[in-house]
Amino acid sequence: MRFLVNLAIGLVFGVGLVISGMSDPAKVLNFLDLAGTWDPSLAFVMAGAVAVTFVGYRLVWRRPTPIAATRFEVPTRTDIDAGIIVGPAIFGLGWGLSGFCPGPALTAIGLAAPGTLAFVPAMFVGMWAARAAGAWPAPARA
Amino acid sequence: MTEFTPWASLIGGALIGLSAVLLMAYEGRIAGISGIAGRLLPPYFDDAMLSRLGFVVGLIAAPLLYQLVTGAPVVQTVGSNLPLMAAAGLLVGFGTVWGNGCTSGHGVCGIARLSVRSLVATAVFMLVAIATVFVTRHVIGG
Repeated sequence: MRFLVNLAIGLVFGVGLVISGMSDPAKVLNFLDLAGTWDPSLAFVMAGAVAVTFVGYRLVWRRPTPIAATRFEVPTRTDIDAGIIVGPAIFGLGWGLSGFCPGPALTAIGLAAPGTLAFVPAMFVGMWAARAAGAWPAPARA
Repeated sequence: MTEFTPWASLIGGALIGLSAVLLMAYEGRIAGISGIAGRLLPPYFDDAMLSRLGFVVGLIAAPLLYQLVTGAPVVQTVGSNLPLMAAAGLLVGFGTVWGNGCTSGHGVCGIARLSVRSLVATAVFMLVAIATVFVTRHVIGG
């Protein structure tokens, strides 16, 4: 049951990526290309997603607990350490080279482009390596 | 060139937000794809494993279901330089786990929570990705 509910929620996320055009790395790269063939669509995706999440989270947090868990697991750290700069900088480099961030990359698996099939296994290796490299910053339960 | 799609992107973004809200309501967790995907690897074989697996299966199934229902193919242009895509995958995987989040966890959920860490992370990966695309398209490629 829990598997199926999460599958449905993941499906909504993935269909959102497809409808918004973010499943296409070319569209993402064109958003990042301010000096060239700029496509502002990604800003509209972010605006729609943040607006719904901002309101929705506040409605959901009125409940004492989530439906299937004992408590809300929300990150509490507020410090700005080197990890919150260096990690995103490394991610931004890979994002700019490929046009893929983790969500669209996973969504692209079934479409089986050769570039996707090179990217996704390497992404999992990178994730594993980041954990193996030591907990800096400490892995948050996000 | 990709076509600017303000409405489709806004609606798709709203669906991504809806998914994030549903996940918070059901699991009490942030819809951060790098966090969910990264915890499919050891040592995270806990009771939430089935939930994460379900979410990722939903993500992967989304474009296939979309094609089946609408009859329209999901168009994407993925980079064909396979060593470059693999290198980008490594960077994205490493950077998102080390930086505790990606476009969804920091960019959508974090900003919707008004988290300063997420705001900083999002600014960093956006700026680095924009700089990367500028260099690859207009300095090296131009």
